[in-house]
Amino acid sequence: MKTDSKILAADFEYLHCKTQVEALDYLAEHGGSAKILAGGTDLLVKMKTGALQCDRLISIQQIASLNYLRDSVTSLKIGAVTTLREVETNPQVKLHYSALFEALRSMAATSVRNMGTIGGNLCNGSPAADTAPPLLVFDAAVTLTSKQSQRTLPIAEFFLGPGKTALAAGELMTEIELPMPATYSGSSFLKLGRVAADIAKINVAVYLERDGAICRECRIAFGAVAPTPLRLLAAEAMLRGKRVTAELFKEVGQSAAELIQPITDKRSSSSYRTRVSPILLEEALIAAWRRSGGEV
Amino acid sequence: MKKQQITLKVNGKDRELLVKSNDLLLNVLRDTLGLMGTKYGCGLGECGACTVLLNGKSVLSCLILAVSVDGQEITTVEGLGNFANLNPLQKSFIDHGAVQCGFCTSGMLMTGEALLQENPNPSESEIRDYLRGVLCRCTGYAAIVKAIKAVGDKEKA
Repeated sequence: MKTDSKILAADFEYLHCKTQVEALDYLAEHGGSAKILAGGTDLLVKMKTGALQCDRLISIQQIASLNYLRDSVTSLKIGAVTTLREVETNPQVKLHYSALFEALRSMAATSVRNMGTIGGNLCNGSPAADTAPPLLVFDAAVTLTSKQSQRTLPIAEFFLGPGKTALAAGELMTEIELPMPATYSGSSFLKLGRVAADIAKINVAVYLERDGAICRECRIAFGAVAPTPLRLLAAEAMLRGKRVTAELFKEVGQSAAELIQPITDKRSSSSYRTRVSPILLEEALIAAWRRSGGEV
Repeated sequence: MKKQQITLKVNGKDRELLVKSNDLLLNVLRDTLGLMGTKYGCGLGECGACTVLLNGKSVLSCLILAVSVDGQEITTVEGLGNFANLNPLQKSFIDHGAVQCGFCTSGMLMTGEALLQENPNPSESEIRDYLRGVLCRCTGYAAIVKAIKAVGDKEKA
């Protein structure tokens, strides 16, 4: 379809929210006919190209109570409207959550990260969302709030399919919570794109806990290789409780090719994604292991 | 469509405007306020030609609803300086020949200015990383990076 990207042709009602209560009231009233506008870097593009229509936009970007990073000894809590760049430049994120930090650094351009929010990156439901694999391996939890209730679920249960999430009508993602990683742990994120600022052809995050030369805990997640961001439980089992060697990392890497279900689309082919996944995983494992203080 | 009154502080001046809900900040700046320095490139957040500062941070004006930034501060390239009074980065772009066709220049200046405000003396790799996603189709990146670096180096000296 030919579109004029200079203007936004769609006609809609704009509902500005200063508070979470206002947003939840609007959502309860208009849930089905409204979309939530946060950073707008995905939503407005889709509206310009005609990929998405809606009667109302509920704007949440200026709800101050949803914009925060709070760290404690047990976890880091991030308000859903916090921009990608605010998360990226937070010293705790860089210090404790390397995989998330690297994912954010790999995303788009500075200006886009100044606009886009972490909640938006998740609620968009893209299988290629760069923040998804790190949040999966850190075992993050997301809080979904509606006018009537609030629930918290593991991020692994949030993604249901391309563009589909567990968000029910009337619900708003309000918080993302990451548990504090173990002392002897390391994480990493790797991504292949056409150019540096691109959407991922394939991305992977790894989190490892080390006990001497033994890998005590291991979590692996890929993006853009299945209908949702994907934990590789079978690969994790190959490593958990084992003595780490370069050969073992290679073997675990090779298992990735069997465990992912990539498609061919405009960004890459199924065959390329399958063939590159073992190398990417092996490198991510090595990087995370070294960060945990391990040798390989 | 119903119009709504908003106030934007553009380059230090309060401007009262009537906008529709789907009016983009880019078009309000260019068509309503006549500030043609900000460019329409791709309109989809890929190129950075429409970069302006929103409360001091670089953002893409082609993906911002004007109504959503009511009451906030916008700086466009016209707000950096003028012919009689160039800001140091504008002067450096001229000195380094960092302008070819000129279409990306305001986006480069605004992104470069945002970088220098955050980090007054950035390294070459920090500049390249920060500017990632601001595209120059003439491919004149080397001179652009040098021009920004020179302002930082002078700051340090």
